[in-house]
Amino acid sequence: MDRKLKNIRNFSIIAHIDHGKSTLADRLIERTGMLTSREMQNQVLDNMDLERERGITIKLKAVRLVYNAKDGEEYILNLIDTPGHVDFTYEVSRSLAACEGAILVIDATQGIEAQTLANVYLALDQNLEIVPVINKIDLPSARPDEVKKEVEDIIGIDCEEAPLISAKEGLNIEDVLESIVKNVPAPKGDPNGPLKALIFDSYYDSYKGVICYIRVFEGTIKPGMNIRMMSTGKSYEVVEVGVNTSKHITLDKLGPGEVGFITASIKNVKDATVGDTITDHMNPTEEALPGYKKVIPMVYCGIYPAEGEDFNTVREALEKLQVNDAALDFEPESSVALGFGFRCGFLGLLHMEIIQERLEREFDLNIITTAPSVIYKVTKTTGEVLQIQNPSNLPPTTEIQYMEEPIVKANIMTPTEYVGAIMELCQNKRGIFLNMEYLEEKRVVLHYELPLNEVIYDFFDALKSKTRGYASLDYDLKGYQQSELVKMDILINGEMVDAFSLIVHEEKAYERGRNIAERLVDVIPRHQFAVPIQAAIGSKIIARETIRALRKDVLAKCYGGDISRKKKLLEKQKEGKKRMRQIGSVEVPQEAFLTVLKYDEK
Amino acid sequence: MKEISLYIHIPFCISKCYYCDFSSFANMDDKIHLYIHSLIVELSLYKERLKNYSLKTIFIGGGTPSCIDSKYIYKIFEYIYKNFHTSELTEITIEANPGTLNKEKIKVYKEAKINRVSMGVQTLDDALLKTIGRIHDVEDFLRSYEMLRQAHINNINVDLIFGLPNQKIQDVMNSLKKVVELGAPHISHYGLILEENTPLYVLYKEGKISIPDEDDERLMYHKATEYLTHHGYSHYEISNYALPKYECKHNLVYWNVLPYLGIGLSSHSNMEGKRFWNTSNINTYIENLEKSNLPIEGEETIDLQTEIGEFCILGLRKIAGINKVEFRERFGIEIEDIYNDIINKHNNNGLITNNDRYIQLTKKGLDLSNVVEIDFFK
Repeated sequence: MDRKLKNIRNFSIIAHIDHGKSTLADRLIERTGMLTSREMQNQVLDNMDLERERGITIKLKAVRLVYNAKDGEEYILNLIDTPGHVDFTYEVSRSLAACEGAILVIDATQGIEAQTLANVYLALDQNLEIVPVINKIDLPSARPDEVKKEVEDIIGIDCEEAPLISAKEGLNIEDVLESIVKNVPAPKGDPNGPLKALIFDSYYDSYKGVICYIRVFEGTIKPGMNIRMMSTGKSYEVVEVGVNTSKHITLDKLGPGEVGFITASIKNVKDATVGDTITDHMNPTEEALPGYKKVIPMVYCGIYPAEGEDFNTVREALEKLQVNDAALDFEPESSVALGFGFRCGFLGLLHMEIIQERLEREFDLNIITTAPSVIYKVTKTTGEVLQIQNPSNLPPTTEIQYMEEPIVKANIMTPTEYVGAIMELCQNKRGIFLNMEYLEEKRVVLHYELPLNEVIYDFFDALKSKTRGYASLDYDLKGYQQSELVKMDILINGEMVDAFSLIVHEEKAYERGRNIAERLVDVIPRHQFAVPIQAAIGSKIIARETIRALRKDVLAKCYGGDISRKKKLLEKQKEGKKRMRQIGSVEVPQEAFLTVLKYDEK
Repeated sequence: MKEISLYIHIPFCISKCYYCDFSSFANMDDKIHLYIHSLIVELSLYKERLKNYSLKTIFIGGGTPSCIDSKYIYKIFEYIYKNFHTSELTEITIEANPGTLNKEKIKVYKEAKINRVSMGVQTLDDALLKTIGRIHDVEDFLRSYEMLRQAHINNINVDLIFGLPNQKIQDVMNSLKKVVELGAPHISHYGLILEENTPLYVLYKEGKISIPDEDDERLMYHKATEYLTHHGYSHYEISNYALPKYECKHNLVYWNVLPYLGIGLSSHSNMEGKRFWNTSNINTYIENLEKSNLPIEGEETIDLQTEIGEFCILGLRKIAGINKVEFRERFGIEIEDIYNDIINKHNNNGLITNNDRYIQLTKKGLDLSNVVEIDFFK
């Protein structure tokens, strides 16, 4: 075997959220001596503020580590980071495709969780070698031996020599590095063969054009070389190749087994699609690497510029986000209540929240989000099938033969004490119980079929609150199922507000309608006249609340010193008014659009 | 010479009322002497600045100015008469609470040329007075009132509050009736404001007292207005009523956005294009003046736009409304040139009327004046 290949290890770290993946990544980077501790930010790989705050990694990155192992050899370890949340399964599989092994981090206090399993299955799909690591052994509640046994029993991998570490305290990190060297297979490939490299991430840089993160499988890529994107057939001249340590380092070439980046004056990210294979234009490979299936958004919502925000600014921001995030989908739409905006597609609810927050924080935009929806399949009486993700586009009931909604297969892992509460919740969410498996004496996994539209509504919040955060959820799309769905509208002062419309299951409509009406009464300020809030299915009113008329808004006293106070009060009221949307003669605060989504604990 | 009004704050009280969130203290008697000294120092610091001003009105407010020894009041006036232009003074008011007045004090006030007394009575119902933490009873009020009349102080204001805990419309009318029968020429009739962090607010939040609902409260307001108007009082500001020629000149200075200087703890001033205000910490106040520093805590420069807004907001507080002629003379522009849309909007929704000379709140507008005022603001 090529000496160079022999000393390369390509791996990812997989874990359930919060099991310490990012912290371990930091430690590995630290221990390999590539960075001084001064250079170390708290979490080097998670370089977006938002990610750090939420403790999750959204966009994957690759970093090259140099490690002098106990056998006296120098190894190149390419760490390819993966996102940790169920929404990002697709991105996880993307990074795993570039590896030969995966470190499986398991929290010694928590044991195996839903996403631990989901990620392990993804890694096994890619034929990766799994290297288990038991983390957080410094915690008093750590039970490493039990957790090791759990891994052996449930996943069926040998944990005899699994490193017991504390990433936080930097304990036994060396063992992890040694285990990678020992257990992760070295890559294979012929440096002189026709080039075959996988793009596993790409982003746009305003100076260099598109930067592609690649894993070379065959051949060698160098600056000046003409490459071809196999999916588009377009060719480019390579400008730079290099690797990521703490920053970009340019090299004269990347050979088989190596992971790094290239730039080639590519102007558009669409021309360097993630999952595409790069080959040599002059000496192309015959067969592309297995690509990825195109990611399909599962959750949609409307994103509208709030009062005083420009439609075009929002579009530019979404375009910029899309460049880094192939999973984000959007197209312009308009709403009577909210004006011009966008219908956006996301992988899941978390993805949706992250995009919203990035728009608000990174682009400093003021936006309104409408209730999330899934894609419904509507078969019209004519036999035509429509895909509906905006309730406003639903054809009149007379034209509908039947409707179908997406169903997911959900795996909920939980301590046994919460089984009752979870079953009640799932039942309430129209779930169908499949079966329950004991993972060990006190932990089970519940398998359910759940309608996705219930999951995206408030399922996560409810699950978290009912199990005090102990249950974990993982789901994937099972298919579509015919269902009695109706479009529910909300009328404010007799006027239908399209941005509030929802598609709900017939049985749920009354409850949801009442719930939304009650919430709106709380958030919409009183007006000079009474404002009725109604929920309706077609012309049938199913819930009604009234916002009482404002009878009094006057300051009894206003003397010398009160004037400044009064002005402050008016200023505050005025500031509040700015965030209002005028719907007919009613002013609706922007929070109102959010209240439709909130979980209501009763 | 330019005219200015003077406000002087006396923050001391015998005890604090349950609804009060003003800058006032009970049990701080040891500070009175030092405070009055500081007041006079503060006045002296304005001597130069007020050289070209003639004092038009003075208002001694609180707190309870009548609770401190009247020699202090006298000292303040002694300083004022010696150092400011006072020949144009028309109205000098002191706030007084029943139970703190006596003949000696009144005599000193007369010597200080005080010609108006504003009495904090709040209600003429002994049980209610207790509920809100007042230290006097109805008898005290009647006695004090009589003493003032005997001393020939006829310009008396009676402060009343309506919307008190468990108060009924009849209780409100009874209080008004007694005050009208006394012939008090000025009545301030305030709806209770439950200020946060007052004992009354806490009791309300804890559900221990109930206050009249909005509909009842408004009924009280309009019934009171009807009654007083019927008895010859002109309703000239949202909460103020006066017999002819007894409108409070000092307070009209505030509502007409004319200059005034505030002296004392947490007092506010509006002069020379600025609003500024003093610290509300009594120790900071005293310490600053010991070093002959003005105890000013903050200031706001009033640009033209702000001044126009203030003129309208405060103008609307007067029942006559915004004087459009004055507006034109003061700002050199027609009010409609700035606020046409807003005037039309509120005219259409029945909150204001608009004629050649005035823009005024309607009856409904009086209930919802903030809704109108907010649009005139900036």
